[in-house]
Amino acid sequence: MGHMTLDLFLQHLTNGISLGSLYALIAIGYTMVYGILRLINFAHGDIFMMAVYFSFFGVATFGMPWYAAFIVAIILTALLGMVVERAAYKPLRESPKVNILVSAIGASFLLQNLAVVIFGGRPKAFPTVKLLQEVMTIGSVTLQRLTLVIPVVTLTLLAGLLFLINNTKSGMAMRAVSKDHETAGLMGVDVNRTITLTFGIGSALAAVGAIMWGMKFPQINPTMGVIPGLKCFIAAVIGGIGNITGAVIGGFILGVGEIMLVAMLPSLTGYRDAFAFILLIVILLFKPTGIMGEKISEKV
Amino acid sequence: MLKINDLVVSYGKVEALKGISLEVEEGKIVTLIGANGAGKSTTLKSIVGLAKPQSGTITYNGKNLLLEDTKNMVRSGITLVPEGRRVFPNLTVLENLKIGAYCRKDAKAIKDDLEWVYSLFPKLKDRSWQQAGTLSGGEQQMLAVGRALMSRPKLLMMDEPSLGLAPLIVKELFNIIKEIHKQGMTILLIEQNAFAALKIADIAYVLETGNITLKGTGQELLTNEEVKKAYLGESTHA
Repeated sequence: MGHMTLDLFLQHLTNGISLGSLYALIAIGYTMVYGILRLINFAHGDIFMMAVYFSFFGVATFGMPWYAAFIVAIILTALLGMVVERAAYKPLRESPKVNILVSAIGASFLLQNLAVVIFGGRPKAFPTVKLLQEVMTIGSVTLQRLTLVIPVVTLTLLAGLLFLINNTKSGMAMRAVSKDHETAGLMGVDVNRTITLTFGIGSALAAVGAIMWGMKFPQINPTMGVIPGLKCFIAAVIGGIGNITGAVIGGFILGVGEIMLVAMLPSLTGYRDAFAFILLIVILLFKPTGIMGEKISEKV
Repeated sequence: MLKINDLVVSYGKVEALKGISLEVEEGKIVTLIGANGAGKSTTLKSIVGLAKPQSGTITYNGKNLLLEDTKNMVRSGITLVPEGRRVFPNLTVLENLKIGAYCRKDAKAIKDDLEWVYSLFPKLKDRSWQQAGTLSGGEQQMLAVGRALMSRPKLLMMDEPSLGLAPLIVKELFNIIKEIHKQGMTILLIEQNAFAALKIADIAYVLETGNITLKGTGQELLTNEEVKKAYLGESTHA
């Protein structure tokens, strides 16, 4: 095990927090959808991938300034998430849970292959944004501006989301629907609209994550959503699926853990992705409800 | 106000309702009593669109209710207090009450109604910041009724509000139902607790395995020999 100076430790920690913030943004989408539908949205990682391509084409093909392209990509991704919900999940809402799960896997494959057909399988380079990718030095830590921007964006969005859910009428409807669709409907809540809104928000957050991901890891391809998707699902489980703050904590644990593992035990670099899955197994064995999760009683 | 005509509902091959007709007149308390599985809840579920009838009609002030979506019931003035209370356990007491007024836009009147509900159920006011899941069964039932009242219903329907509650709480609850009715609300009450329901009912129907077998005023049925034997027992009468 290599010896590590404080400076180096801080460097890795910053990188870990930054990566963890990206995981957190994507994990929120999993946890919100699970909270409201008890469904693991396997297409979420691919929706994330689509957001990267939307941004790419916005800049590369349509010549938009990066900020405009990013905003358009976030909107398009939110719409895509809502379309997937309406097309692949809503018609199956009264069917057994496994049907809708299979439909989610199908939606995932469909999006991936659609991306291959439409965008091509060859990797592309995400547009550079000089302003954010400039390297700077704080004390002895060298980093891209982006590395600091990512956690700030994540925490700001988290605060906004928590405010929306806990302090607004739509948020109250979401919480009510997540416990009891039927009674929420009796109160006049538009359950379908509330569920669609949840997909829209989760997808928009994934899009924000995807854009920052693209700037951090600029090589993009149609299957790039698979591994981040799985990892963020794991992050959501670690945090306690259904709990938004938990998903963010899970994301941070995963991001920091992964970077630290590689930093401290460089010989395990090849097992970087395995870390998440081992953590998942450990959590499922010892605390299946996750860090912030509550015991969920099956609905009768 | 509400008219059900020859309503048939089946779940798969089982006919839960075999063609029932009943009417709720404005300003009255109407009760539907019957044993477990008689079809009482199915009747309510059909009214609010949660069960789909095979045939028959349900009209509300002349409007065909079978064409309405569940979420529009509250807007047309029909609110159900569902069986088993079904308060939102993850919402505070205050939020549960607010979601009852989800479709309303008149902030001032909502505030007045909140005070009105608090005056009917003072305990809810003390616990307004508590999560509803932490309330006792009786308090949850009060909350479920309060939540329904917050929608300002014209027709308030209650599915077995006395279920699982201590006798003292049932008495308290029925006093409040009477009080709400006195203030002008039309009520359709479904109960297994026949004695309590008949005592406050203007009109009562007896439902037996999907058929309405008796109809009368609450007083008439209270003294009816068959009803006494089947639903009241000798001891309750004392």
